[in-house]
Amino acid sequence: MLTIRRDLVDAMVAHARRDHPDEACGVIAGPDGSDRPERFIPMLNAARSPTFYEFDSADLLRLYREMDANDEVPVVIYHSHTATEAYPSRTDAKIAAEPYAHYVLVSTRDPHEHELRSFRIVEGVITEEPVEVVESYRFAHTGPDDVPEL
Amino acid sequence: MAVTVSIPTILRTHTGGEKTVPAAGDTLAQVIDDLEANHGGLKARLVKDGVLHRFVNVYVNDEDVRFAGGLEAKVADGDNVTILPAVAGGAR
Repeated sequence: MLTIRRDLVDAMVAHARRDHPDEACGVIAGPDGSDRPERFIPMLNAARSPTFYEFDSADLLRLYREMDANDEVPVVIYHSHTATEAYPSRTDAKIAAEPYAHYVLVSTRDPHEHELRSFRIVEGVITEEPVEVVESYRFAHTGPDDVPEL
Repeated sequence: MAVTVSIPTILRTHTGGEKTVPAAGDTLAQVIDDLEANHGGLKARLVKDGVLHRFVNVYVNDEDVRFAGGLEAKVADGDNVTILPAVAGGAR
């Protein structure tokens, strides 16, 4: 299950709408081991394409160095599909290389209603998971170590 | 030449979970052969038919080796080699 704050969902959808009809992409980083998406990092789609996305290679290096320095991991890796459903394509599954990330797909094919779904992709195998949208992580059921601070 | 190689999460199964490992060589190809000698299976994840996989990025210090000779890219003593899988995909 992906538990994610509403403002982060809104930010992904807004990015996808803004870049439509090209695919939008980015990362939401979070503390290593927390499985909690916190820092929204929209990335440039170096492919600038309605059917493909790729992080620019220099941006990718900078991103991973920054996350390393902050003890963060890419908790969410998101991208949009602009003419098809929010489900990973064969290309998505083949290239996906972060077995612990939540791969979030946003479809903007409908101009009014977006579709947002989340998946694990491990060794090419796609597994859909539920998405729980919360206002704050404080009271969300994200696991035994997520005790609300009083 | 001794270099330090950063290993991405997905390939750490080959390095016993280590994030960075030492390797030696004068070119990236030699570094990868040296990695393979100590961490079997890594080379096949990086190289196919004598060239780097399209969706694996390798950097020597800050430079993407695609712009520095690919597998023939030179490495110097103390360099950092970083391996990062591309983040890419799409509806196509």
